[in-house]
Amino acid sequence: MSVLMVNDRYDFNSLKELLNTTDGNLASHLKGLEKEEYIIVHKTFLGRKPNTTYESTERGKKAFKQHLDALEQLIKQQKSS
Amino acid sequence: MEEKEIQNELASIRSLMERSSKFISLSGLSGILAGVYALIAAGLAYNIVYSGSSRVYTRINLHTDPVPLYNLIAIAAVTLLLSVVTGVILTTKKAKRKGQPVWGKISQSLLFHMATPLVTGGIVILIFLFRGYYGIVGPTSLIFYGLSLVSASNFTFTMVKYLGICEIILGLIAACLPGYGLLFWAIGFGVLHIVYGSMMYLKYDR
Repeated sequence: MSVLMVNDRYDFNSLKELLNTTDGNLASHLKGLEKEEYIIVHKTFLGRKPNTTYESTERGKKAFKQHLDALEQLIKQQKSS
Repeated sequence: MEEKEIQNELASIRSLMERSSKFISLSGLSGILAGVYALIAAGLAYNIVYSGSSRVYTRINLHTDPVPLYNLIAIAAVTLLLSVVTGVILTTKKAKRKGQPVWGKISQSLLFHMATPLVTGGIVILIFLFRGYYGIVGPTSLIFYGLSLVSASNFTFTMVKYLGICEIILGLIAACLPGYGLLFWAIGFGVLHIVYGSMMYLKYDR
């Protein structure tokens, strides 16, 4: 989600390289995000090669921001205790 | 969640965001070298323009003083070429060392955003040169270069943006003081590059 917050679209292979993970691992995480409707999937073709790109949804962006806010809250709590 | 874990998560989020959208292999060392080349070139140009005369540096009027224009253009071109080649070589080496791709979406965007003001500026300067307006070459080259840096900074280190703004301001000041073009070039392409190159080297190259 971090990557999709700062890039309009990101393709599967670049994600794989960036996150240094396997096809299967990445695919299952992406499926999970898609199920929550945090990302949408664009399946296109480059010539004859399939090219899948991902884009975060408004819902996904909102959820991510909430996640960051929650983390921030936790830090504040830790600091004051 | 422990505080340490939270910090780690925030750090990795930030790192992912940066690595996926910014070109972090830009070499600060190449900036320092570019500055050195520029200062050497400025020294050569100074000698050429003022050789044979006993004058200390004063204003020069390109319409009346005898100035070997083509020599100066050659010096500028060689300096530029050397700087670019050095930059490409050092940046490629740094990218390999970091395991980052040299050529990709990010570096392409970076180059495009840098090239647009540079090419435009280059054409504008050539047009004015052919029309005989020599005085604007110094200031406008600094200004367009600064604009290209500010634009490119969106795709690489933020520090580049400040270098760009400095070059723009320098160019504007140079525009108010015709005749001191060489001095401003020495400052803008020489000194500023060494300063910012060093800052980038210390912060990012190691």
